Amino acid sequence: MNKNIKRLAKNFAFSAGLILTITLVGIALLAPLIAPFDPDVQDTSRRLEEPSKEHPLGLDDLGRDVFSRIVFGARVSLRVGFSVVIIASMIGITLGAIAGYFGGAVDTAVMRLSDILLAFPGILLAIALVAVLGPSLNNVILALSTIGWVGYARLVRGQVLKVREMEYVTAAKALGAKSPRVIVLHVLPNVINPVIVMATLGLAGAILSEAALSFLGLGVQPPTPSWGAMLTSGRRYLGLANHLAIFPGAAIMLAVMGLNFLGDGLIDALDPKYRKLMD
Amino acid sequence: MTQYIIRRLLQMVPITLGILTLVFSLIHLIPGDPAVQIAGENARPEDIVAVRKALGLDEPLWKQYVQYINKLAHGDLGRSFRTNESVATEIKERYPATIQLAFGAMLVALLVAFPLGMISAIYRNSWIDNVARFFALIGVSMPSFWFGPLLIIAFAINHTWFPVSGREEGLKSLVLPSVTMGLALAAILTRMIRVSVAEELNQLYVTTAIAKGATRTKAIFRHALKNALIPVITVLALQFGSLLTGAIITEQIFSWPGLGRLLIQGISTRDYPQVQASILVIALTYIMVNFLSDLLYGVVDPRIKLE
Repeated sequence: MNKNIKRLAKNFAFSAGLILTITLVGIALLAPLIAPFDPDVQDTSRRLEEPSKEHPLGLDDLGRDVFSRIVFGARVSLRVGFSVVIIASMIGITLGAIAGYFGGAVDTAVMRLSDILLAFPGILLAIALVAVLGPSLNNVILALSTIGWVGYARLVRGQVLKVREMEYVTAAKALGAKSPRVIVLHVLPNVINPVIVMATLGLAGAILSEAALSFLGLGVQPPTPSWGAMLTSGRRYLGLANHLAIFPGAAIMLAVMGLNFLGDGLIDALDPKYRKLMD
Repeated sequence: MTQYIIRRLLQMVPITLGILTLVFSLIHLIPGDPAVQIAGENARPEDIVAVRKALGLDEPLWKQYVQYINKLAHGDLGRSFRTNESVATEIKERYPATIQLAFGAMLVALLVAFPLGMISAIYRNSWIDNVARFFALIGVSMPSFWFGPLLIIAFAINHTWFPVSGREEGLKSLVLPSVTMGLALAAILTRMIRVSVAEELNQLYVTTAIAKGATRTKAIFRHALKNALIPVITVLALQFGSLLTGAIITEQIFSWPGLGRLLIQGISTRDYPQVQASILVIALTYIMVNFLSDLLYGVVDPRIKLE
């Protein structure tokens, strides 16, 4: 483990990613302290005002402080990101472990379902689900989790298939351990590394998808500040007030880039072979 | 080869059925009574009944499903709530715009990725390689819904070289949307080509060619490139499918009159037949393209079929 930490520290992508990610999480946690203004307070007399000393990123179409809205937007992005990763990985790990460990009909059922979900372009399915369920933060989380678990399930199943043949698993079984105990104590700890990598990359993916859905008007509804939704309303004022589109987009990109760097660095540090598993 | 095609076709049957079922069930996922939701909250009871009847929602589920499949088999995708026109007609009108955009994006991606990836592989770890790798990193992290507006600001507003939106000005209209959609693909391909060419350059047959007197350039273009292209072609074909979904966002940015925009318009007007049909057509095109790219893979690399 110590060797791993040293290798990680030397990895530029990982360090840059870690700094960006810690900044992102810090901004989200400390939003009320960092934001100079209430993100929802409007001053319509000063709408679309350019960046100034008082408002470093300018004011939006309703005269709200763009910087404060981006700071609070980090909360929305991370709430969706973490919720999706937690829900999707829980479902995926459980189904993948059961399918891989027991095989047979359960395995076939899980794999066929995942085949269908994978054949369907991910974001399209999310759009479809939100379209019928109605646009809201929770429905975005639900839709992204529905498509998100598949990756974890396939990853964990593949790893479990390998691990279950190991001698220590046979030994545990010979000593009388029951299946749930074998899976949780002996099998899962040995497949957890690639899952962590997938979760990191999944966090970036979920943040990007939330922004995309909000950009399409299918995500978080106003007045909640979401980077994607801010970008959509900023698009209407291109040429008049470019800062409305430029800054939220930059926030999305930095967040996504940070997490991608982190994930990439983890792959290199833990095991370069994981790169193949992430497809 | 025939056996391989047949096997892949058979694999597609359950997946296609799964997609049909999924799209069919969409309307039943609408919370509450779909008929009430579709007719609107203030609709009169007789309107709700009419909607229920028009959609066949008063029939038992299995019958609805059979009717749905039967209609699809006859090319009937239903009627739009908004215009009362056949949805299939509208999709036929929009489809070429989306395909055009996808090809445009692919062309942009190839024009960027090919030279960049090759140079990057040949001059590994030089400054130009670092530039290319940085470009690839930016390219995959840059969301299209940000890159698009940036392009509009730079090349449609600050310099009025290209139109801000629409498809009326022919090729000129196609440029910015294609670049927007092609960026991510260009980044992925640059990485692929770099790795793939660099790997081939390390092979003994390249060393042999050079030892026998071939110039480095000749060794690369005559010998290494052919082998390096195999994985690139597959990725390119596979990515064509994701271009189709990328089009949903790009079309929205540039008001490009394609399938993706039709889908989003349908959602905002709660035109469910239109939504279902657009999703179905995009999804079916996607699996068709993936199927064809698998076949292509088998053609360029005969070893694949054996698996």
